Amino acid sequence: MTYLTDVAALTRKDLRVELRARDTLPAMLLFVLSTLVVFHFALPEGTGDNAAYGLLWVAIVFTALLGLARAWVPEQEHGVLDGLVLAPSDRSAIWLGKTLATLAFLVAAQVVALPAFVVFFAPLDLTALAGVLLADIGICAVGSLMAAMAAASRSREVLLPLLVLPLAIPLIVGGVGAAISPEGERYLLLLALYDGVFAVLSWASFEYVVTE
Amino acid sequence: MIRARGLEKRYGRRRVLVGVDIALPASGFALVIGANGSGKTTLLRVLAGLAAPTRGVLEVNADRAQLGYLAHEPLVYRELTALENLELFGVLYRVSERRERIGMLLERFGLWDARNERVSTYSRGMTQRLALCRTLLHEPALILLDEPYSALDEEGVELLDRELEALAGSRTLVVATHDPQRLARLATTRIALA
Amino acid sequence: MSTSSIRTLPGLAALAAGLMGFALFLAFFVAPEAAIEGVRQRIFYIHVPIALTAYFCFGLGAWKALLLLWRGDERYDLESYVAIHQGTIFGALTLITGSIWARTSWGVWWAWDEDQLVLFLVLFLFYCAYFMLRFSLEEGPRRARSSAVYGLFGVVLIPVSFLAVRLAENLIHPTVFTRDGPQMTGVMFATFCIAWAALTLLAYVLYRVELAGKRIDANLRELREVLG
Repeated sequence: MTYLTDVAALTRKDLRVELRARDTLPAMLLFVLSTLVVFHFALPEGTGDNAAYGLLWVAIVFTALLGLARAWVPEQEHGVLDGLVLAPSDRSAIWLGKTLATLAFLVAAQVVALPAFVVFFAPLDLTALAGVLLADIGICAVGSLMAAMAAASRSREVLLPLLVLPLAIPLIVGGVGAAISPEGERYLLLLALYDGVFAVLSWASFEYVVTE
Repeated sequence: MIRARGLEKRYGRRRVLVGVDIALPASGFALVIGANGSGKTTLLRVLAGLAAPTRGVLEVNADRAQLGYLAHEPLVYRELTALENLELFGVLYRVSERRERIGMLLERFGLWDARNERVSTYSRGMTQRLALCRTLLHEPALILLDEPYSALDEEGVELLDRELEALAGSRTLVVATHDPQRLARLATTRIALA
Repeated sequence: MSTSSIRTLPGLAALAAGLMGFALFLAFFVAPEAAIEGVRQRIFYIHVPIALTAYFCFGLGAWKALLLLWRGDERYDLESYVAIHQGTIFGALTLITGSIWARTSWGVWWAWDEDQLVLFLVLFLFYCAYFMLRFSLEEGPRRARSSAVYGLFGVVLIPVSFLAVRLAENLIHPTVFTRDGPQMTGVMFATFCIAWAALTLLAYVLYRVELAGKRIDANLRELREVLG
């Protein structure tokens, strides 16, 4: 019970910080919209919808990376992460709080981006949307952990995409498949499997990444 | 409370702590002295559990709930108010009667009027005072302070003096400082780092 | 690192070299050509065992990583790193031999519908990032633990990626082991197994050699420091 209280307090803190600093969410929103417009010009005349779906997923992944790159910044100012790690609460709660908050930002950005995509490019059915949500969970779960690992390094801006992109490949396969394949459910299953496995793994390993 | 023998801490090739021995009983007051760069901060981090010693034996008879650590950095969120910061840490540290305790601490350290202002608007002295509140919020049995006077303003210095006076004897304290004269009176042990 | 473990190394190395030679001889001169693929199939005796060996190395690396996190003994960090290093080398070889095979079989240097190859490409990228992670963190428990966690993610990625690649592409990679058993004659199967054993042994020897070398390096460094 206290675990959930901790997570709630931490998530609330992240949402509050973002609401006041207002640097991550607007950037993500602008980035995803600009990317979609760029894609319009990047896609030659006559390419089918499938290419558009593929590019949507590229946009989502890179928008997520943008959000993740800034995810741990509040904890690095004034060294707050040490303060959180020292508390008697479970360290994995820190990861969960951060993941939920990042997920909230990503979904918020998509609430604007997905309708824009539908208007600019192609329709999205329920399976496609479910795919987006499931992939969001996956990328935030894994990404929060990787971002924490990268935060300690000298070259964190470069390192984060390198760590996340190979791990994001199954998510892209799942997402695009859910959008274009007639057997979309299979791809949703893949995404659910990914989420289940990697979320648990990230949740369990966070402790080891932030302590010595 | 704390027992250490032959503590060593290396960061890659750099050896920051070498052969440190500590024997601090409960309610003792230890002063860690040494020049800048002698490893005072590293020693406190090791005692707090934030860094693992590369060699040596360390026993600290306080778990995370009983430990209060004032670091070089304030360890508070810039975009949150004093109240929100302490609320968060109050939840994480399972502080009973949170509201009252937070209110009392803010008042004691002269931050009550600024409690709803964001930390980013604070002066350095105020931020350090908030950091002290955070450190003492859960009434820790073992308190580690890393150069607590360094960022304080005059008012803060007086408050801290008073606070340390009150705590010495009832809690175990380890204070790193490059001005040992100030606390010489209260100290029961000295740990000198080369 | 005992002296006895070093003593066995030359013997093991000789055995590995001998076995490799024997396997290559079998693969290129003795094993009968399969009706369909001809001489190009020879690469197959090398390519698939190399892939399997790479998996073995990654698995070994992940196991050592788990031991590091579980037991907290820093010794496992180096062992995990060296295993993953070997795995990455063998992974690169898998991609190269696979590419040669694709070239000689279908005339293209790369085929996106080759599940195994694509899977290896993803893994190769993943493990290259492992080295980037390691090189950008300072030596110490942080680096050891982060590397270990990442190494564990790697092996979990293998089956998940496999499923993903499978779903994404058609399957035309010739299945070696069908449900009824290997589609190879006795001699072919024997050649395959010997090649597999040889490569695994070679990987193990390389692992031990690199590990010993790195340990000696570390000891030398410590000695140098102590002596000032």
